[in-house]
Amino acid sequence: MNIKQLAEKIGNNSWFAPGHRLCAGCNAGIIAKFVLNFAQFKGYKVITVLATGCLEVATTIFPYTSWKTAYMHNAFENAAATASGIGAALKSLKKKGLLKEDYKIVVFGGDGGTYDIGLQSLSGALERKHEFVYICYDNEAYMNTGIQRSSATPMLASTTTTPSGKVSKGKQQPRKDLIAIAAAHDVYAAQTSVSHLQDFWKKLEKAFNDQPAVLNVLSPCTRGWYFPPDQGIKIAKLAVETNYWPLYEVDHGRWILNYEPKQRKPIIEWLKTQGRFKHLLQPTQENEKLIAQLQEMVDKRFEYIKKLARATSE
Amino acid sequence: MKHEKPLPATGALAAATAMKQAKPDVVAAYPITPQTPIIEAFSKFVANGDVNTELILVESEHSAMSACVGASATGARVMTATAANGLALMSEIVFIAASLRLPIVMNIASRALSGPINIHCDHSDVMLVRDSGWIQVFVENPQEVYDYNLIALKIAENMKIPAMVIQDGFITSHCLEPVRFLPQQVVDNFLGVYNPGNHSLLNPITFGPLDLYDYYFEHKRQQLQALEDSKQVIKQVLKEYNNLAGTNYNIFETYKLEDAELGVVVAGSTAGTLKHVVNVLRDKGVKAGLLKLGFFRPFFQEELKQALKHLKAIAILDRSASFGAFGSAFYNEIKSALYDLPGEKPKVLGYIYGLGGRDFLIQHGFEIFNELQKIATGAEPVFRVRCIGVREG
Repeated sequence: MNIKQLAEKIGNNSWFAPGHRLCAGCNAGIIAKFVLNFAQFKGYKVITVLATGCLEVATTIFPYTSWKTAYMHNAFENAAATASGIGAALKSLKKKGLLKEDYKIVVFGGDGGTYDIGLQSLSGALERKHEFVYICYDNEAYMNTGIQRSSATPMLASTTTTPSGKVSKGKQQPRKDLIAIAAAHDVYAAQTSVSHLQDFWKKLEKAFNDQPAVLNVLSPCTRGWYFPPDQGIKIAKLAVETNYWPLYEVDHGRWILNYEPKQRKPIIEWLKTQGRFKHLLQPTQENEKLIAQLQEMVDKRFEYIKKLARATSE
Repeated sequence: MKHEKPLPATGALAAATAMKQAKPDVVAAYPITPQTPIIEAFSKFVANGDVNTELILVESEHSAMSACVGASATGARVMTATAANGLALMSEIVFIAASLRLPIVMNIASRALSGPINIHCDHSDVMLVRDSGWIQVFVENPQEVYDYNLIALKIAENMKIPAMVIQDGFITSHCLEPVRFLPQQVVDNFLGVYNPGNHSLLNPITFGPLDLYDYYFEHKRQQLQALEDSKQVIKQVLKEYNNLAGTNYNIFETYKLEDAELGVVVAGSTAGTLKHVVNVLRDKGVKAGLLKLGFFRPFFQEELKQALKHLKAIAILDRSASFGAFGSAFYNEIKSALYDLPGEKPKVLGYIYGLGGRDFLIQHGFEIFNELQKIATGAEPVFRVRCIGVREG
């Protein structure tokens, strides 16, 4: 499927209406629209559940809503538990003959609502095998509250709670591996990027057919990463080309690497595109060392995924 | 309608049986002492096919209430149960359930809040969420647990306001008493099937939007009105249930209060102990009486005022502490309801009792009436609020 064919499938008429207040250049809206258009193309009836976050606050300012689907926002840390309840209710109403149609439940959470405060709720719902497709739009920090670090923030990124300063070079710890955690529940879990829509589409196909499923989607944030609003997709693409953001999936324990660049680009090229790494760019000895460390982490992580893919291949 | 013959049941089993007969679509729950026998009994009903509920055994109380909210918003009948720290953990979502107007019914086996950790009865857990927008009704014994589950569910679904039925942890939840259950058909007719109307995710509506200074206040105003409006519905449903079950329930219970001079106000199982004290005092010629609180939310200030206005002295008993406040919740609100009375008002004393499961003894009841007697006959009170049944100093 080439991008033109995909564009035809996606169409123009979306259940995700324009006029929301997401920032110019925000990728969370693109992700939400893409997922809903996928469901629309498939002819699914959808109930959308949101965790508190940018996508939620910017799309449902009363009395307006961008959601033409049924939509539920409960709180920050409980989107998956809320989806559990919705799914159970649908089952019961069906058993009683009070409901005929089949519904699909789609959950959207940011990295804060997924990696951090909502992780327990997500883990519980995955373990109980409630049916839903969980989409994490990962912009690597608490953007809604003003760019505070989350466990998805990359090492050395400057945020408002891990600012680069005279003695600190930004966040001190590497990011959490969400997909490995999700995969530990013996489900379909995959990582994709807003820049790679064909890959995203394929993973949506698998996810909707094998629920519960978790997709982690890289969602560059113009305000939090400090880049011009027209650069988001390019930066997401570069994240894949540098192997910072590998496209891979874990299908019930089987690791599959979906894409390997012929020549991976050095991490510095990605860092240079974003203001949150600006403090690493002065050519000092310390910075060179830190960037080398980052490079090593990225390469190691990529090799690790490849190893797992080889080890778990049939 | 005649009751079936009474069967031995604990408060917990009475709650679980009412839940079974209400046939909820979804129950999402997490175990916590002393609520556990409620969900254990209900799980057994599910396992035996006695009820066809989707039972979600979640990983925390926060997720329990979150799942209940999701299920109720889908138009399902939803019930759950918790206590103490569990209620505290889910309290964020307790408020959300009410604000989204979702008629969930929750059994509470009330228990002291940590810390220090304690598993026994007091009402500090439910007082934590008294301003959450839920209907709160306190019950005295297993029979009331059963009846009020059905009553609360009907009120909740009628008003789209969630309701908690509060029984005393261990004292009621684990106490075996004869309970008369209604035949299933009678329960079915009384409750009907929950009809959410358009208030359901089966319509393309947005639940839980961001609501800022331009609309939030109007929505809260509507919520205030809903609780006020629920008072009429509560009275109607109680009447309907009394006719159906042969009970004699009211928004609160008065016991030998009409001609009394001294009265105590209390909620929960302690009412039983104090009724005994009233009986003994009546035999001695003391005009003692009792008011047992049923519904605390909504607060029936006018009716309480009318029921208490003729008394010379009133003791208001709270099984919870409101640290730094002038007395606890019942004392504060009931005393403030009496402020509007014209002329000479009853004298009021506040007592905090039974924290962390400390027994309230018959002798404490006599002590209280003794102190009421003194101030009723003109003595200046030496305290306004005090703890009773505690080692002081």
